[in-house]
Parts: sequence; structure tokens; C-alpha cells
Amino acid sequence: MTKYTTVSLPVTLHKRVERLIAEKEGFKSVSDYVTYVLREVVAMHETEKTPAPFTSKDVEVIKSRLKALGYI
Amino acid sequence: MVSVPHGGELVQLDVVDPSHDAFNGYDKSLMLPVSKETEATVLNIASGILSPLTGFMGEEDCKTVLDSMRLSDDTPWSIPVLLHVASSFTPQVRDEIVLTDEGGSPLANLLIDERFKIDRKEYAEKVYGTSDPAHPGVARIFSSPDSVLAGRIRRFAARPGDPFSDVTLAPRETRVLFGEKSWRTIVAFQTRNPPHLSHEYVQKTALAFADGLFINPVLGKKKVGDFRDEVIVAAYKALIRNYYPQNCCVLSVLHYEMQYAGPREAIMHAIMRKNFGCTHIAIGRDHAGVGSYYRPYAAQEIFKEFPDLGITPLFFREFFYCRKCAGMANEKTCPHGEDDHLTISGTRLRELLDGGESPPKEVMRPEVASVIMSDPDPFVR
Repeated sequence: MTKYTTVSLPVTLHKRVERLIAEKEGFKSVSDYVTYVLREVVAMHETEKTPAPFTSKDVEVIKSRLKALGYI
Repeated sequence: MVSVPHGGELVQLDVVDPSHDAFNGYDKSLMLPVSKETEATVLNIASGILSPLTGFMGEEDCKTVLDSMRLSDDTPWSIPVLLHVASSFTPQVRDEIVLTDEGGSPLANLLIDERFKIDRKEYAEKVYGTSDPAHPGVARIFSSPDSVLAGRIRRFAARPGDPFSDVTLAPRETRVLFGEKSWRTIVAFQTRNPPHLSHEYVQKTALAFADGLFINPVLGKKKVGDFRDEVIVAAYKALIRNYYPQNCCVLSVLHYEMQYAGPREAIMHAIMRKNFGCTHIAIGRDHAGVGSYYRPYAAQEIFKEFPDLGITPLFFREFFYCRKCAGMANEKTCPHGEDDHLTISGTRLRELLDGGESPPKEVMRPEVASVIMSDPDPFVR
């Protein structure tokens, strides 16, 4: 089962989100909404720091195979 | 810019010759022959198609995937990747075993991290939404042992002799290729059939918004009556040669066993194409479905649950030829009734092709039909 923890939000923000999700379909609770938004934002930041998956030497080897197969 | 690998890092395991010392000297009790489908999974792990996995899942990941469609580190993942073994296969945690193909040739070294059991009924209900044994995915899980090994793949043996090696690219290769073509947006198209005109229109509509199209047919285990892999590849080559502008399309195959898990499988299809570098994936009606187990657009709706998937789905309604529109259309673009639509069931299409009769050109391109009909035996018997 997924484990959960607690984070604190300003009461004013909590109420604002409650009002928002009351008008929108798809979110059962403020926690659902906050989880969704955080996943979106965190994924964006993680993407920014992803290293290149191969070196320039690797690239030359790969290009040779792609040429031999007629892809480039 | 192409998509970042799923989980942040593209897995690229050591590939060695099958005669490598790493595969020698093992006791027979440490050799595990696996099916062709598991062989494909091993290949997909080793080449990074299933990044960030580096092996078969442990119990914690399996549970969180079943319960919440996420790995235990919160990375989206919708179907467990498991190595089922008979309880008579005795190696234990920390043993290193050799996976072999059905003929006994080495495939990979696997270091066992865990051994556990799954509840196959729970698995079926969560992954397939049913425990009906008539569902092909359910039938497969019920016929698999409930005992499971988890562990990292340490080395992978190169697989010579793949008849499709000239159209099989690994993620690192597609990533370089897309870069060479200066594509920043790439739409993936998943398929398991030769192209109909309706598929072509999905692809071309998607291509209108993107720099490139990645056609990625699934090859592997088939049902009787399905098109053979060779026919699917030849048909796509004919379509691309005759109907696609140069430099807008890449054809590469994926060795993979369809699970027919509908919405959950659509997410896996997206993850695999993200690892190839695709930024978008086309998702049509009843994607990865079978029979009437899933709502027609369930595989589109599920994407709402993944704001962090890292690949954007493009949702399509089914295309058809409309006599009144005098062209291809779909229910979003065509106001006319079904009587004006030209549609042919898959069964009827197979009957026509099997009898040497070309389907209407509004359903299938003549060049594609010709390739299929010129094959002495285009179907799995």
C-alpha cells in the first residue's frame, strides 16, 4: 500500500484549494490536488538536471551503425 | 529536445559475446531457460527501453505498481515486470544465475535480490481489471508460476541472427538519430498490424504538429489469424516508401509481448516510447484493448492521473472514409451517419486478403495490400 505523510499548508491556501476542487471534477481532496501539482512541478525540475545519456565517442559509434542501416 | 529517459537515466547494460567467461562454469541448477517473451523483456531492460529498471522487480515495487501505478520511488509505472519461476527452481537470494533462451544459449547474468510470491488473482484484477480467464493477459498470469525472482541483470549476451536487426534500434540509437534529424518533437505510433488508411491518418494528423514520426510496430507472440511479423514490417516499408515525405518518419520495431491490459498498458507503451526519446504518443480508441473489457476511451482517460509522465499523449478518435465528405474523417470532423462511412471489420479484411482480393483503396493502400497478398502465407496459422 502507498504510505502517506503530512505536510503543512497555510489554512487560507487549504480553503482556496477546497473551493477550487469543489468546482472541478477529478480531485477527491486537497491532498489529491496537492499531490498532482507537486508531481507535475517536481518532474519539471528533475528534467532540468538530467545528464546526457552518452558521450561524444558513443555518438560516433552509433552514427556509424545508423549509416550502415540507411537511417542517416 | 527529445524526452529525458524515464526515471532520469537511460539504462545501458554491458553487452558481451555469448561465449564470454561470465556465462561459463555455472552449475546446471543455476541455469534458467526462459520463454521468447521473457527474452524480449531482458533485451528491453538491457537496452534501456524499460528504464529505469535494471532488472526484474522486487516485492515493494510490485506492490506499489499494482496499488498506485508507481514504483516505490514514485516514478510512474503501471504493469509489474516480473520473472516467474517454478518453485522447483531452487537458487536463493545472492545467487547469480544465467538466463538462457529456449535452446540453452546464454542471455544474461542475473543476481537474485529477492524471492517472493504473488497473488495472481489480485494481479489480474488490478492490471487487467478482470479475473476472467478468457482474457488473454489473465490466462497468461494464471498459467505462470506464482513464485517470482527479483534481481539486477548484470550482463547481457548479444543476440546474433535476429531477422529484424536492420529495423531494430535501441533508445540510445533513436536519440542520436532524432538529434541528427534535428527533430525536437517526435510522435510515437504503437501498432501490431499492417497499416490501414485509418492508421495512416492518425499518423499524418499527429505529424502535422510534430517534427517527426516514430512508427514502432510490436513484434512477438501472436494469436492464430494475426499477421506475421515479416508482413507487418514489409507493409510499413511499402507505406512509407510510397506515401510519406522523406526525412519525416523512422520505422523501428519493438520486440514485446502485448499484455492486452488496455489503460494500464497504454501507460507502459508511453513510457517505452519516452525512453526512445519521443515527446508525444498517439493514443487511439481502445488502445491495447481486447474484446470488450475496457471502455473505448479508457486508455485515454488514464493519462489524467500522470502529470509527471514526461511524454504527452495525443488522443485520437477512429478515422474512416466518409462517402459524403469524400475523404477520411472521424466522428469529431464528420457530421454524416454510419451509412455514409466505409468501414471493414478486421475479420472481413483478413478474408479479402486471404482470398487474394484487394480491399477498397479507401481502407488500405493498394501497395500495402499488394505486399500482404504477395506473401505466400501472411497469417499466423
